[in-house]
Parts: sequence; C-alpha cells; structure tokens
Amino acid sequence: MTDIKEVCKDIRCDVLSCIGHLGVGHIGGCLSLVETLAVLYFEEMKIDPAEPKKAGRDRLICSKGHAGPAVYAALANRGYFDKAELLTLNQGGTHLPSHCDMNLTTGIDMTTGSLGQGFSCAVGAALGSKLEGDGATIYAIIGDGESQEGQIWEAAMFAAAKELDNLIAFTDYNKLQIDDAVAKVNDIAPLAEKWAAFGWNVVDVEDGNDVDQVRAAVKHAKLGLGGGKPTMVILNTKKGCGVRWIEDLGAANHNTNLSEEQARAAIAEVRGEG
Amino acid sequence: MEMRAVYAECLAKLMEADRHVCVLDADLAKASGTRSLYERFPKQTFDCGVAEQNMASIAAGLSSYGFKPWIESFTPFATRRICDQIAISISYAKQNVKIVGTDPGISAELNGGTHMSMEDIGVVRSIPGLVIFEPVDEVQLRAAMPVLNAYEGPLYMRLFRKELPKVFPEDYQFDLFKADTLRTGRDLSIFVSGFLTRDALEAAEALATEGVDAEVVNVHTLKPVDRETVVASARKTGAVLTVENHNVIGGLRSAILETLAEEKLPVCGVGVPDRFGEVGKLPYLRGVMGLTVENIVETAKRAVSIK
Repeated sequence: MTDIKEVCKDIRCDVLSCIGHLGVGHIGGCLSLVETLAVLYFEEMKIDPAEPKKAGRDRLICSKGHAGPAVYAALANRGYFDKAELLTLNQGGTHLPSHCDMNLTTGIDMTTGSLGQGFSCAVGAALGSKLEGDGATIYAIIGDGESQEGQIWEAAMFAAAKELDNLIAFTDYNKLQIDDAVAKVNDIAPLAEKWAAFGWNVVDVEDGNDVDQVRAAVKHAKLGLGGGKPTMVILNTKKGCGVRWIEDLGAANHNTNLSEEQARAAIAEVRGEG
Repeated sequence: MEMRAVYAECLAKLMEADRHVCVLDADLAKASGTRSLYERFPKQTFDCGVAEQNMASIAAGLSSYGFKPWIESFTPFATRRICDQIAISISYAKQNVKIVGTDPGISAELNGGTHMSMEDIGVVRSIPGLVIFEPVDEVQLRAAMPVLNAYEGPLYMRLFRKELPKVFPEDYQFDLFKADTLRTGRDLSIFVSGFLTRDALEAAEALATEGVDAEVVNVHTLKPVDRETVVASARKTGAVLTVENHNVIGGLRSAILETLAEEKLPVCGVGVPDRFGEVGKLPYLRGVMGLTVENIVETAKRAVSIK
C-alpha cells in the first residue's frame, strides 16, 4: 500500500524542484495544498491515469489555478505523465503553465487562474454529472483570498439551490494572500458559518497539512454524497508548509524567488536530511 | 414572428434532437423568449438567477462535460459584464458555449442607457477564437440556428428580440463564414450588419435614383469577417460605407477597416457616434444616433465623393 506521507514528501519536493529550476513561482499556496492533493489523487478519487478522459471519472478542479505546480507534481507522481516533464514548468512551449490548463496538461480537468471562475466551472461539471447520472464526484479547491471574489458566492448559492450533493469543495485557508493577511486585507471570517448559511455541509479541518485529518475529513465529506447538499471542507493550512524559511516569509511566499541551491536545501529539509 | 420566438422555437428543435443542448438564463428567460422551454425541457434548462458570471462559467463546466450550453442575457450583461468569463472560462478554455445577447444597441429602447450596449462587439471582438454573429431577420436566424449549434466552439450572437421585416427569401442558404451580397453595384460597397440591413437596402434604392449604384453586403458574421467577399467588393467599387447599430469604434466599421487596411479607398461609417445610449423609442433613437436611411444615403454619397 502506498505510504501517503511519503507521497506528500515526493510532491512537496517536486514542487520545490520545479520552481527552483525556474527560479520563481507560487510556492506558498502550492505547499499548503500538498496533503489534500495526495489524499484525493492517491486515495479517494475514482480515476485512471491510463484513461485520463474516461467518462464518469471523478474530477478535480483547482480553482486557485496558481497552485498548478502542486497539481502537476501530484499528477506526475500518480503516473499521468513523466516526472521529468515537471522541470519544464513555465518554460516556453511547456505543457505545464503557471496556472492550470485543461488543453495543455494531461489530467487537468478545467482551465483555471482567473479567480472565482473555476469554482463555477466545477459547479457546472457537478450539474453535468448529475444530468449524465454517471455517479462521479466533483472535487473543487478554492483559495481563501479567492473567496473574496463575488463569483464564489454566486456559485455557492447555485450549488446549494440545485442540491449538487456530488460536489465536495475545499478552501485552502492558509490565512495569507498576496498583499497581507486575509484578515487584514478583507476578512472572510467566519468562514464555516458563511458556507453553512449558504446551505452547504461544512467540515472544518484543524490541521489541513495533516494527512490523517485530511483523509478523515474527505471520508466524512463523502458521507454527505447524495444527501441533498454540497460539502465544503475548510482546510486550516500553513502557506509554504514544510519548509521553515518559506513559511516564515508569510504573505511574501505567495510568489517568490527560489534558487536551485535553496531548493536543494529545502528538499533536504522536507526529506528530514537537513 | 418575434425574433426571440423564432430563437426559442429553433432551440426547442435542437433540444429535442439532442439532450446535451441546454439553455441557461440569468433571470431574463421571459425577456429572451425561452421561458416556455423550461416546462418542456426541465432537464435542459437552468435559470441561474441574477448572476451572469456564474452562469457563464457554469456553462463552461457543462461544456467540459460534453453539453452544448446556450447562455442568454441582455447584450450588456452577456458581454461587458462577463467579459473575463467569456475570455477565460469559455474562449481560452475552448469550451463549446453559445452566448446570446438580446436587445443590442438602440433596440434596448425603454431600458435606456444602462441597458443599451453600443460596445458589446468591441468588448468581445479581441478575444481570440470567439465567433461573432448578428442576424438580420427571422429567415436568417432560422437558417443559422442549427449551423451555430453544430459549430464547435465559443460563439456570440447579438439578437434583436422583437419582430423584424423579412429581408431574406425563404430558400436562403446560410453559410456562417460567408457574407451575403444582397444587391450588386459598381459605385460603392455598403457593408451592414443586423436589422439596419433593410435600411441599407432602402438607402441603396434611393441612391440609385441619384445615379449611385450601391452594392449591399450583409456581414452577418463580424468575426471572422469574410475577407474574400469584403475585399473583392471594395476593390470593385472603390468606396466603402459601413452601417451598424453599434459604436463606430470597435464594431463592424473597425472590423472592415482592419480588413481593408492595405486598400487605398475611403471607408465611411454610419453607427453610434462614440456615445452612450439613452432612453427612448426606436424612431427617436434612430434620429439621435443617425441610424436613418437619410443618413445612410448622405454618408454614402460622401464616401463616393472622396474616392
């Protein structure tokens, strides 16, 4: 059986390696999502890397599209494409652009990056799945800063009104956005209460970077499938999780420089060799 | 028959034939004429409420699932309000979504300046890969609907809602990417879109009595423009007039100017003179904006005089 904690290390190291190779990237919001991506792609989603477009598959739409490098690392580790390709991140002509692109990358279910839109697309896919009656579960990941977009709440209202109980969404609540702390810029709290008020089941995860907690939350969320409501899993995460100095950058780790040397040291830290 | 009724009737046929064809509204289903489809096709119709951005991206999500969504609203809300959703969720992501903006330009009449979009084509025309179509009458709309539905990719249609006089014969053959030459002439090419096509034809008759032989070409597809037809006509006549129910900036005139940029000939324009709309009935608004047969005639003569 796959050791999911090792998978997390692999994904985290691959994110550091490809961003370090390039020299700059959205490190913070990639590292905060690693455990969730590992649990979904390696344990919970009904998918087959050999048939990435298979009808009726579960889908994952990462609406915070700037976490592309983390999604690519997860997909490569899951066998969707060769891990060597990760080093082409953001190079001219790459299949791995900064933000997720369904027309470029095998395994990406929706093009995202203009915040708020991917979430509505996920709601559309959940509606599509219902109409097809294919039994798929649609997973969506949104950012906490992204939750300031009005479109998120338009989609939230629609998903509840249409009883899209095949939709499980996650908020990467790492409390930081580009300019500063989310609470300082334009606070989204109380988040759980907001989603509950919009008619969603809410699962609060105390530590969204603890695979056991994330796994338990997803399993709990799955109990709500078919129950008439969509589910929001709020992941209390740490932006830049896994590398101390990146965590300590705070809001500055959203999109930051990373040299190959720094990446090597960070990888050693993740591997417990530092 | 009202254009919206024809539109809904055509949609009903398409929906009946293919359960993947679906319709999304943003609380304007009644205005768009699609309300009746909701009872007949409950699993293919979705009113998203007053949330156009969500509607556009949901449509993209449905398209990613193999559906063929048509989304509708008044022209300003179907374009400028959801410009980024059209650009990214729909066009950049290459989704098969048809966007319909009703009440274009001065046809918004009593809804006034806030709802009167003079800029919709300009707003969406620079989005790569988006086809832009505007029908002239119910005959053309009827002929176009199955073709638009079969076209795989993002497309914007600006749709006059109410009844319009017929311009095209019942046996009209529609080609989405081919402009229609409605009248041949030697002295001037009038390129026209939408309901003003009939006015352009009337103007051409008036011009004939003054010795000006005008060619009238309906450019129903504003993107991509049928370059072959437009350039051939312009080279033949040596003078061009564009006529549109849209700002003279960004719409048909701009598209024709771009198409003819390397041709040495005058391109005059009848259209909304870079201003916002205002409340009023069509005859009043035609007068205020200069969208009259008389102005078409006068501007045509100017184009001929400077060639």
